Amino acid sequence: MPQIFRPSSNTIARVTIVAVILLLVSTLGLAYIMDRGPWITSVRFAPEQPVPFSHKHHVKDDGIDCRYCHTSVENSSFAGLPPTEICMTCHSQIWNNASVTQPIRDSWASGKSIEWVRVHKLPDFVYFNHSIHINKGIGCSACHGQVDEMPLMYKVNTLNMNWCLNCHRDPAKFIRPKSEVFNVDYVYPANQAELGAKLVKEYHVQSLTDCVTCHR
Amino acid sequence: MATPENLKVSELPEIPDPGADEILGPGHNYATVTERIGGIVYTPWKRWPGKWWIGAIISFIFVNLLMTAMYVLFFRGIGTWGVNIPIGWGFAIINFVWWIGIGHAGTLISAILFLLRQDWRTSINRFSEAMTLFAVACAGMFPILHLGRPWLAYWLFPYPNSMWLWPQPRSPLEWDVFAVSTYGTVSLVFWYCGLIPDLASMRDMAPHPWQQRIYGILSLGWRGSAIHWHRYQKAYLLLAGLSTPLVLSVHTIVSFDFAISIIPGWHTTIFPPYFVAGAIYSGFAMVLTLIIPLRSWYNMRDLITLRHIDAAAKFMLGTGLIVAYGYSMEAFMSWYSGDPYEKFMYWNRITGPYGFTYVLLILCNIALPQSLWSRRVRHNIGLVWVLSLIVNVGMWLERFVIVVTSLHRDFLPSSWGIYIPTKWDWATYTGTLGFFMLLIFLFVRLLPSISIFEVREVVHHIAHPREVYTEKQL
Repeated sequence: MPQIFRPSSNTIARVTIVAVILLLVSTLGLAYIMDRGPWITSVRFAPEQPVPFSHKHHVKDDGIDCRYCHTSVENSSFAGLPPTEICMTCHSQIWNNASVTQPIRDSWASGKSIEWVRVHKLPDFVYFNHSIHINKGIGCSACHGQVDEMPLMYKVNTLNMNWCLNCHRDPAKFIRPKSEVFNVDYVYPANQAELGAKLVKEYHVQSLTDCVTCHR
Repeated sequence: MATPENLKVSELPEIPDPGADEILGPGHNYATVTERIGGIVYTPWKRWPGKWWIGAIISFIFVNLLMTAMYVLFFRGIGTWGVNIPIGWGFAIINFVWWIGIGHAGTLISAILFLLRQDWRTSINRFSEAMTLFAVACAGMFPILHLGRPWLAYWLFPYPNSMWLWPQPRSPLEWDVFAVSTYGTVSLVFWYCGLIPDLASMRDMAPHPWQQRIYGILSLGWRGSAIHWHRYQKAYLLLAGLSTPLVLSVHTIVSFDFAISIIPGWHTTIFPPYFVAGAIYSGFAMVLTLIIPLRSWYNMRDLITLRHIDAAAKFMLGTGLIVAYGYSMEAFMSWYSGDPYEKFMYWNRITGPYGFTYVLLILCNIALPQSLWSRRVRHNIGLVWVLSLIVNVGMWLERFVIVVTSLHRDFLPSSWGIYIPTKWDWATYTGTLGFFMLLIFLFVRLLPSISIFEVREVVHHIAHPREVYTEKQL
């Protein structure tokens, strides 16, 4: 009876075993990296906007407070996107002929809102309220990062559930005095553990990790 | 025309059954065993039994029914099933438990009876293990189908996810995931391990080079040297040892799905042993349901003899009695507990809207199988086959009674309900039956359905009765 396999078959068999293991590990690894990386989470990805609005310029250079535009952040679930009228409070006077602000004037003339591209998207099944966070000492920059360094808006955090839970399980790590909530340059002090625990107590912050806290 | 070469396998002159004392017919040597069992797989299509085609085509139709039912389920949702509060668990759990139970006989035969050196396991272990695998495949479908969002089934496994959520480790449903997946994996490895020397035999007797190559690859380079056999026997023994606790653990954990809860009729400590016994009971019933036609279609009455059928029937009788004890203890404890809900549950089980299922259950599982005490019944192949079907039905009814009657009368009369399975419930169930049978049909066509090398061992033992096989002789 002739041999049905060449001697190299042994090597092929061994290589196949190793290759299958490597393939499994690398597939899982690749899936993991893709799931956590910017390709899925859009972190540090700045989408194109109808107007190239620069937070860096308006916040850092001009020193405009967050609440000047995001008017409802302190008392509503939604921080609020500025209507064209708010833009026009300044831009009816300055840069009122610049081509870059033309869409604002078009919107003003037509009455049709500017269609900003949303950067911080939460799924519909997540209930999120800005005001409770703002009023309990969670600063804007704790989630949105240093927007005063962003020429175009991008996310610095994934907004994944584990990221939410990271703070919800232990708010003391991220809480700051209420007076510092709108300070985009706020740096957590060395004694954050101590201060955080004190503020959590003072502001009656609860560590809410029930499903129903966010999924109502 | 009517030479043996032209006749279909099922039309060959019938080889007689050697009777209830023999595990192998007369006149066999190593070569004839290999030729007979391996030869079935290499039978050309024109000699292949016509009944196989009828069976396989009907099974295939039911597989399509299963796919349709799944499509409807995924497209329209769980509402296509009859389940609703208070009966949130209907056919899905009933069929899951039923299929998992059927699988148990395979593991018992291949592992426990191997460790106990039961000679009658050799001709039926391969087939039972295949049956186990296919039954576990059917069982595994139901928990995923009933999730509502089956595409998220991977949430059942603890994996590093961006939600920081882990499966609930206190839930017996989560224990099920591990019990069943372990069971499936070990059964597959054990089955494949047992196949290796036979795949090599198939390779060596292959009529075509392509068949030789396929079986050659599958046999993983088996040459049958003494060192191969030595390592093989050790590995097989270890796997048998590994599988043995699974026979007990898997259905114990399945019973926890019920026993851990506080529903009257579920909250009982008798559940684990009585579930395990019931599982083996139904498993042996399914083995008998399948091997009796198998040995007749493929003219293998000298390989699967009355001895095997007799032993399996005795197993059925024994485990059936344990199940009967379980039923009587449930009845006794519901009275002895003094708990009005328990008492009501049992009374309602017999006289309530589902009372007829209980009566049928007692008839199928307890009353009729008692006829197996009689040797004449056990040796009447047709009767044993009918009884095995009855037990299969009975064990399915048992799960129906446990799941549905316990749920449909809650503690509060305001939350009472009735469960009527819909056509899609039935389509899914009968569809898995078709899937199971199709796999069995394909298995018989593609792989040696009786362990060749172990039957050769039997030939050796019969030829040399005084030489007791020990590990040291290797």
